[in-house]
Amino acid sequence: MGIAPKVRRLWQGCAGAMPTLRTRHVVVTAMLRKIGKRLATVIPSLVGVIVVTFLLTRVLPGDTAAYFAGPAASAQAIEDVRKQLGLDRPLSEQFIRYVSDLAHGDLGKSLTTGQSVTADIAARLPASAELTLLGLVAAMLIAVPLGIVAAVRQGSPVDHACRIVATAGVSLPVFFTGLLLSYVFYYRLGWAAEPLGRLSFLYAPPPTITGFYLIDSLIARDFELFRAAASQLVLPVATLAIFSLAPIARMTRASMLAVLASDFVRTARAGGLSPGTVVMTYAFRNAMLPVVTTLGMVFSFLLGANVLVEKVFAWPGIGSYAVEALIASDFAPVQGFVLTMAAIYVLLNLAIDLIYGVIDPRVRIEA
Amino acid sequence: MTEAVRIDPVEVAPAAMPGARAAAASQPSVLRHAVYVIGQNPVTGLAFGLFLLIVLCAIFGPLIAPYDPLASDTDAAYQAPSAAHWFGTDQLGRDILSRVIAATRLDLTIAVFSVALVFLLGGVSGVMAGFFGGWTDRIVGRLIDTIMAFPLFVLAMGIVAALGNTVTNIVLATAIVNFPLYARVARAEANVRRDAGFVQAARLCGNGELRIVLTQILPNVMPIMVVQMSLTMGYAILNAAGLSFIGLGVRPPTPEWGIMVAEGAADMVSGKWWIAFFPGGALMLAVFCFNLLGDGLRDIVDPQRRT
Repeated sequence: MGIAPKVRRLWQGCAGAMPTLRTRHVVVTAMLRKIGKRLATVIPSLVGVIVVTFLLTRVLPGDTAAYFAGPAASAQAIEDVRKQLGLDRPLSEQFIRYVSDLAHGDLGKSLTTGQSVTADIAARLPASAELTLLGLVAAMLIAVPLGIVAAVRQGSPVDHACRIVATAGVSLPVFFTGLLLSYVFYYRLGWAAEPLGRLSFLYAPPPTITGFYLIDSLIARDFELFRAAASQLVLPVATLAIFSLAPIARMTRASMLAVLASDFVRTARAGGLSPGTVVMTYAFRNAMLPVVTTLGMVFSFLLGANVLVEKVFAWPGIGSYAVEALIASDFAPVQGFVLTMAAIYVLLNLAIDLIYGVIDPRVRIEA
Repeated sequence: MTEAVRIDPVEVAPAAMPGARAAAASQPSVLRHAVYVIGQNPVTGLAFGLFLLIVLCAIFGPLIAPYDPLASDTDAAYQAPSAAHWFGTDQLGRDILSRVIAATRLDLTIAVFSVALVFLLGGVSGVMAGFFGGWTDRIVGRLIDTIMAFPLFVLAMGIVAALGNTVTNIVLATAIVNFPLYARVARAEANVRRDAGFVQAARLCGNGELRIVLTQILPNVMPIMVVQMSLTMGYAILNAAGLSFIGLGVRPPTPEWGIMVAEGAADMVSGKWWIAFFPGGALMLAVFCFNLLGDGLRDIVDPQRRT
């Protein structure tokens, strides 16, 4: 009887133990070196991305000048575009020019909007970012607890629910889910706002500071506007969340099961720790590592699904911008969009790896 | 209901294979294991039934469909589901049930061709990379990394936009974005076997390297690759439907699930749910079915990866 509290105190002491100053110094330099190494791996990825987007337009069959000139252009106009874009020059020279344009932030000009693609994308990026990030946060908030409960109570109704969610979620066409949700919650029940854009036409957008309507409206202290923007966000965010729930829930469950079966959890249990402490302090932190790794894949899906969701909800983000340009055979925006998305994705993967290094002490020390 | 599907493996397996009893006792039988896995998980049986239905629709579609999927009848536009039109009619008065059935063939063809193409490309280059290592490995690895640097659907969009807006290019784009999945698996499987005992024995007998790849490595990598195929089949269908939903590839009035959902999207929020609901539902069921089958097949071929 008397030993249990003592062991418990000992265990809690270990969990909270801090490394000494000297080891901390070693850890920090090792970590910096690792970050530098990881940063260097971004470069080949970005080079690959730039080469592919270049090849997509220049080398593949089809007349690039005709693409850039648009469907209604005359032969003379196409010839002008060819000269203007330097497409009559050798390929290597074209590539150098393409890269130097990129370095100046020049992605060409959109024929449909008449503006530079860089300006268009910059103006529309916050709308997409707000949607995607909220979708991811919502998915995490549901999927992680679901996966944990499913693993802790294996075989229970929650576990079966988690299984169904994990299989059904990856089978749902995201554009179809969006339409179903807007039919049920907008047309049938009337709970949600009309699925058209970021704000109802009754409201004017808040002064742009971050570009995120939720944040900007709070900064402007306009709470009604905040509510209006949030109500437009609910359905598209729910659609994205349902879509990305599945891989996160599945991974959380699998990795929690693996951790719960491990020796240190058994020892912690034997030491008399409460089930809550074992699950949350010991198992959860370790189980989150593989989940963070899967986030890379989740982002790949999410950025693609974002295009479809934006089309369904007439969301004025970069996805619907690219789709409109595609329909109009306006190629510069599509190329700019693919490049932007790939760059964002490469940077997100970098961020994920760095976060992984921060939360996993073993990675820090081994490096 | 589940009891009817459930089959006791011990009783059935010897009866199903008379004369194979002695062989089954000495080495684990694949069929026996398959029956056991399906018996354990009746959902796989259900998915298999659904799969047969989809294949039947794809083959005999035009014969089953009650109406001509392309015939419009403006007098009968926007009809809700009824006895005459089970799934209702769309804005041009075309019968949605007939269109959903007719679309099965196109959707399945796109998926099958793209998966077969990537099976070939990814399988061969992955096996080469894993077996030979060195430069082959580096080139294939770089290719995989470059494709993986893009969000996959976005890359597919870019490829179709650049190559031209046709169904063939949808097949190609879907194959390219799936390439890393296949090449990686094939590479890993070939890599662990490159110095296996049976490979060294074959080498000792005087077989050339290429011959070893073809006769020793490929047959061993095949089962995993087939599983990978059925696992990615659902994704291939989703990818193709997503591309045609945003207006790429398939052109109206061709019946295809993705484009049919797009056609009914505007009417969904004004209450005419059936135009987009049935093609979307068919798409969902097909993908669900392939995902379940993939999981089932994985359980049979590769029991260690069971979840």
